[in-house]
Amino acid sequence: MTTGTPAGERTTVVVTGLGVAAPNGLGLDRYWSATLSGDSGIGPLERFAAASYPARLAGEIKGFKAEEQLPGRLLAQTDRMTRLALVSADWALADAGVTPEETADYAMGVITASHSGGFEFGQRELQALWSKGGKYVSAYQSFAWFYAVNSGQISIRHGMRGPSGVVVSDQAGGLDAVAQARRQIRKGTPLVMSGAVDASLCSWGWVAQLAGGGLSTSDEPERAYLPFDADARGYVPGEGGALLVLESAGHARERGAGQIYGEIAGYAATFDPAPHSGREPGLRRAVELALADADTEPDAIDVVFADAAGLPEPDRLEAEAISKVFGPRRVPVTAPKTMTGRLYSGAAPLDLATACLAIRDGVIPPTVNISPADEYELDVVTRARRRPVRSALVLARGHGGFNSAMVVRAVPA
Amino acid sequence: MPADFTPDDLKRILREGAGTDDAVDLDTDILDTAFTALGYESLAMLETFGRIEREYGIDLAEDTLTDDLTPRRLIAVITGQLSGTPAA
Repeated sequence: MTTGTPAGERTTVVVTGLGVAAPNGLGLDRYWSATLSGDSGIGPLERFAAASYPARLAGEIKGFKAEEQLPGRLLAQTDRMTRLALVSADWALADAGVTPEETADYAMGVITASHSGGFEFGQRELQALWSKGGKYVSAYQSFAWFYAVNSGQISIRHGMRGPSGVVVSDQAGGLDAVAQARRQIRKGTPLVMSGAVDASLCSWGWVAQLAGGGLSTSDEPERAYLPFDADARGYVPGEGGALLVLESAGHARERGAGQIYGEIAGYAATFDPAPHSGREPGLRRAVELALADADTEPDAIDVVFADAAGLPEPDRLEAEAISKVFGPRRVPVTAPKTMTGRLYSGAAPLDLATACLAIRDGVIPPTVNISPADEYELDVVTRARRRPVRSALVLARGHGGFNSAMVVRAVPA
Repeated sequence: MPADFTPDDLKRILREGAGTDDAVDLDTDILDTAFTALGYESLAMLETFGRIEREYGIDLAEDTLTDDLTPRRLIAVITGQLSGTPAA
């Protein structure tokens, strides 16, 4: 179990900029508008010939033209996920009104999460290795596939040389990275770029995801990924995520930040007990510890962004954890990821960004396509719901037993 | 194997392998500007050397890559290897 820094050193850490790359919207405004309308980005895989694979649907980002956004030197050395991350980072900095050239190098860090690294780049170079030999492998393979490459490239591009790194804990990593960014800000770094963007929709990446189990084999985009529905049958993978500019509240105020979306108010991570031990999984404890870290009671939470595995057993465990803490049907629960597919480490940062927008606009975005199963006793939001949102809880679970929970809270103007 | 190596061959390989920097126009006279000044760091040169070696069937000695290596010097080394006479 880990929580934030001990009481006594509670620098408020706020979100001041968002950059989003999602299958149902490239860029913050397009994503938010699509998400509120319930427009899904899930469809038949087009990136490679997927007809002969057991799973054939994905949340692909369409219309991304990296060559219009990034210099040629970077195109030669980057996987698709890094290109998406670099552009999302540019957008997040612009949204925050931060000009890195005008900020001291060591006052800015980059801490991202990664699920699998640059698979598409790696696949191409491994194919070159097998078919032609070592001389044909790109020198850039040395880092282009690597987990930490998004952090590294963002750091180099913007001269952000403060505390930086990568967290790898599958889908939970998206929250764990933001928590690490919060720690570094509390230790004195004024600004950290955090979040995650993943993309591994190439045939090699696809096979790896299939091996992990849990992918939906449905061919119907509207019936393939149905978390908390009696017909839950697996999940659809997607690509994308979000990057967030995090700052100490003092730094944001001093530089006159254009907006403060919210505060990263609470966080906790737990690890599940060994399978078949009979002990309760760790998610409920993560939620309770995150609420305690935020010094918040359950009834102050206005919405829960669920991990939403889309498989009966993990859905049941998540529903139980939520009901135990909040009471049956006592808190609105949503999973906008039903419109993007599961984005691995990109998912929770995208949920954090979505929570920020829900707070800003007073609306809870919907979970699409599902009919909530009664047995879960959840108030699942299936149509955009207007209501004031002051605090949101984001949940994320990673393969192998990772549970993370984070509270985002409105900051009084 | 191609029998000669021209500045245009070098520019093509740089573009294909390492890409170009917006701030540098390879079509101006770059022959006497060090690769480092053109924005090509050691990894970019490793990639460029690898592409030249496999396309032209030669081996470029490791000590060819110096901090002040220029396109003119590199072209001379490659041309020397292709003609069987080491560059002076």
